[in-house]
Amino acid sequence: MDSLRLDFALPLRSFRLELALEVGRETVALVGPSGAGKTTVLRAIAGLARPERGLVRCGGETWFDSAAQVDLRPEQRSVGFVFQDYALFPHLTVRENVRFGGDGEGLLDRLGIAHLAGVKPAQLSAGERQRVALARALARDPSVLLLDEPLSALDAHTRASVRAELHGLLHDLGLPALLVTHDYADAAALADRVGVLVDGQLVQVDRPEQLIAEPASPFVADFTGVNLLVGTAKPRVDGLTEVELADGTRLLSTDRADGKVGAVVYPWEIALSREPPGDSALNHLQAAIASLVPVGNRVRVSLGGVTAEVTAASADRLGLRVGDTTVATFKATGTRLVPLG
Amino acid sequence: MRRQAFATALVAATALALAFLALPIAAVFLRVSPGHLFAQLGNPVATDALLVSLKTSAIAHVLVLVLGTPTAYLLATNRFPGRSLVLALIELPLVLPPAVAGIALLAAFGRFGLLGGTLHALGVGIPFTQAAVILAVAFVEAPFYIGGGIAAFEAVDRNLLDAARTLGAGPARVFARVAVPLALGGLAAGSALALARGLGEFGATIIFAGSLQGVTQTLPLAIYAQLDADFDTALAIGALFVLIGATVLVALKVVPRWTRSASISLSRSVPSASS
Repeated sequence: MDSLRLDFALPLRSFRLELALEVGRETVALVGPSGAGKTTVLRAIAGLARPERGLVRCGGETWFDSAAQVDLRPEQRSVGFVFQDYALFPHLTVRENVRFGGDGEGLLDRLGIAHLAGVKPAQLSAGERQRVALARALARDPSVLLLDEPLSALDAHTRASVRAELHGLLHDLGLPALLVTHDYADAAALADRVGVLVDGQLVQVDRPEQLIAEPASPFVADFTGVNLLVGTAKPRVDGLTEVELADGTRLLSTDRADGKVGAVVYPWEIALSREPPGDSALNHLQAAIASLVPVGNRVRVSLGGVTAEVTAASADRLGLRVGDTTVATFKATGTRLVPLG
Repeated sequence: MRRQAFATALVAATALALAFLALPIAAVFLRVSPGHLFAQLGNPVATDALLVSLKTSAIAHVLVLVLGTPTAYLLATNRFPGRSLVLALIELPLVLPPAVAGIALLAAFGRFGLLGGTLHALGVGIPFTQAAVILAVAFVEAPFYIGGGIAAFEAVDRNLLDAARTLGAGPARVFARVAVPLALGGLAAGSALALARGLGEFGATIIFAGSLQGVTQTLPLAIYAQLDADFDTALAIGALFVLIGATVLVALKVVPRWTRSASISLSRSVPSASS
């Protein structure tokens, strides 16, 4: 069985990272706030950080076992590591980068970077660098793929297309893959299962939609507390994408997509008002308020299947009460599309 | 009115400083004709000194490069207790008067020095030989190279070294294929500074190695020896040094320019034209 099994503890500055997880031939995303220890998990698997105790096994091989005093060096572990910002060797060409770890000639074609083979990383776009980093990591024919924030260096425009590419590649590879991201939308789009890591503890591991539907803790709800509106996407000639929801509501998004999608909107990107906005570029939903939940100095307002988060002051100013009909508005740029199915 | 006066004072101070710095350099070349200067370099004292300097500097420099590069790499990539003490030790020769370096080398390797007895028993005598010149030169120039090397290796992104490890490279391959190529600009700059300092070495050499023509008399020692005997020859050697120094300075300005392409920022984001 080609699976990756982790069960280790590693003290960090302000908390202990403790984690037990098994990754089969699937993609698991670790999400959580920055500083939660996500990157350290990847580094411990690769042998770049040393757990205090526990074990890391991959397939039939033991990479780390504190009880048996096994600790393979990084170069002895069959990992493909895609670093945040990609860590391409600036003094080597694309081909030399990819071939650093093994014969990656076929990967240049497969990832569509063969025409860049003689170019140095400085001349590449962020999207191209990401593909070079993937090709380089895969050239070693690794047993496990580790990806640290693989999309964070990309601008919003390239991000959606690269995300779709990466999703296809991870599916085709059929390798155990562990990816780290602070963006729940990326995790939901790329991973079969998502683990929420908070202060070094794995709070919940579940399928992305399950995590939203049944959060195990208030924190998970807060973190994954994104709005996921299922609908059908259709590209428009003006470059925007129109999403028709089940109830006939139409939303606009700047992400490109076609077919069944989840429209992801963060609660803090939704504004509330009494009257529909005059600006037609804004998405809006009109519904009665189902609940009002104060969270610190903010209020989470549920209406018509979405949750908005507004400051307590603006909730007071609007005089919001349960049952009031209110308009929720959000921008097309704040409406992210995640392919579903 | 007052602002005008200050501006004038600034310019006057700068002009005076520049004149003070440039006058002696100009005097080296203006006192006698360039043809005469060049002819004086054919004087056996000058040619002997040139050969001794080139040989001892080359050997000392190779020693410094071979031992200093790994030293700089180890100190740049590892944190351990007592590290700052080690760094201070490496920098110490920078602040020591060269004469003290000479005395210290005698105390270590001299006939009655720390290792002198052992060396003497083995039939090896170092003081007042070319080996002594090489040790003196290496002693004073090593801090320049190791210091520059540590800064150069520290500037290499740690993620690149880690990435190489995860791609199957052992520590030696990471050093040779990633760390050294990326630190090359800084290493070259340190190397040039060290070489210039080594060629100019005077105080430690005259105390530890003496000034014997054709054996231990390097170019700076030859200038000193010729002061009374033949001022023009001393001047010609001086002119040679000015040219070497100017070459090193120009090289230091040029080297960072051609290595900058190898150390680009990875976070630079260029919009994709092909996707």
